[in-house]
Amino acid sequence: MPAPILDVRALRKSFGPLEVLKGIDLSVRPQELVFLVGPSGSGKSTLLRCCNRLEEPDSGSIRLEGVELMDRACDLNAARRRIGMVFQGFNLYPHMTALGNVTLALRKVLGKSRREAEEIGRAALDRVGLADKAACHPGELSGGQQQRVAIARAVSLEPTLMLFDEPTSALDPELVGSVLAVMRSLREAGMTMVVVSHEMRFAREAADRVVFMEGGAIVEEGPPAAMFTEAQHPRTRAFLQEIGR
Amino acid sequence: MDALLQQFFNLDVMAQAWPLVLKGLGMTALLCLAVIPLGLGGGLLVALASLSGSRALRWSVRVFADLFRALPPLVLLILIYSGLPFAGIRLSPFAAVCLAFLLNASSFYGEIYRAGIESVGRGQWEAARSTGLTAGQAFGYVILPQAVRNVLPDLVSNTVEVVKLTSLASVVSFTELLYAADMARSVTYNASPIVLAALIYLAILWPVVRLTSRLEHRIAA
Ligand SMILES: Nc1ncnc2c1ncn2[C@@H]1O[C@H](COP(=O)(O)OP(=O)(O)OP(=O)(O)O)[C@@H](O)[C@H]1O
Ligand SMILES: [Mg+2]
Repeated sequence: MPAPILDVRALRKSFGPLEVLKGIDLSVRPQELVFLVGPSGSGKSTLLRCCNRLEEPDSGSIRLEGVELMDRACDLNAARRRIGMVFQGFNLYPHMTALGNVTLALRKVLGKSRREAEEIGRAALDRVGLADKAACHPGELSGGQQQRVAIARAVSLEPTLMLFDEPTSALDPELVGSVLAVMRSLREAGMTMVVVSHEMRFAREAADRVVFMEGGAIVEEGPPAAMFTEAQHPRTRAFLQEIGR
Repeated sequence: MDALLQQFFNLDVMAQAWPLVLKGLGMTALLCLAVIPLGLGGGLLVALASLSGSRALRWSVRVFADLFRALPPLVLLILIYSGLPFAGIRLSPFAAVCLAFLLNASSFYGEIYRAGIESVGRGQWEAARSTGLTAGQAFGYVILPQAVRNVLPDLVSNTVEVVKLTSLASVVSFTELLYAADMARSVTYNASPIVLAALIYLAILWPVVRLTSRLEHRIAA
């Protein structure tokens, strides 16, 4: 079995008295798509945000391609650019064009020249079907287009892992498809992904593994077919039935 | 009516006073060129410190900024110019005026920047850091431009206040616009130089005040 891209061990995180992650173990293999589900407040977002230490875990280990991110000496900025992150609210920079959003980190983190960065940026926008929107500001784009720009921004840095936190939850239903299509094409290109989402159809057809979280712990995991039809745990069954309707 | 014109709008007197008033205007400009950029820079430091992770720094800066916003600038100026010599520190009028107005301006600018920075959502910071930008880069390229845009009318309004503030320098005999005009008045026994100074202030600041209204309109839209 190949070495995991991401290997999370015994990860704990509390907000004051509230323990949100109670010792999470999660391993993601190369090119795997892990689909993370669970009720609201179960700690899914917190888990994703701990993976690149946007949220500081209390204890545990996070290895990205064998490099321990919890080490004091770890170059966190170098690690973060290898972990693409896509947010529910897009979080595009409203004062920059779509192309500017994509090229900022290419220039400032990877040190590319403006010309080189724009070339890469245009290719990334083309990949998400928005080559013609390069000069638009986020305010001039639909939600679905904004989220695709956000994906392009993350993908352009050639991450080894991408984290999606409810990428389609803020979208009108008719715009969800365009974002899922981009995610599907990423998957086909071999991207390793962890996706928090309620799009169960997408989970069924694209996920390698479904992980069910509740109350800050992983309750059960397995291939989508098994999880949707014969989950072992009654709470998993109840949740997947409820949401799958 | 004629007497009124003679006393307030006497063109001959204005022409006579013009060289002196112009010099004063030059000094006012010099003062603005010192206090406004330094105040904008100092204000940014005040804002950063008042949002810093260190409790001690955060609170001490907030207390000082509140102090300098509450203290009437004239009181601060006289404290520095006439009070400090009792502690053996004697500043030139220019230095005293710069220091007093700088403390005042940075505190007000600082509060404005802080509101601006807080108006930018946390998600912007997270998106920027998630791509590997350092804290400084995220602040400089992502947060600050949006923060400034959100509070631009307030920054411009406060700059108008700073320009007006410079007229207080006249009380420590610093020859800025108002002081020069008042000197000309006392030599000519005529109020026209003062009117001239007032017109100059208006000519400079009126367009800026209009601009702030338009900016506010645009942001509200
Ligand atoms: N910054 C924070 N400060 C305090 N509590 C927090 C913070 N962030 C999250 N929490 C709490 O931690 C718990 C887990 O939150 P989290 O956002 O990880 O859940 P989630 O599984 O993503 O839920 P949802 O499906 O609603 O997005 C919640 O009870 C939430 O209130
Ligand atoms: Mg969440």
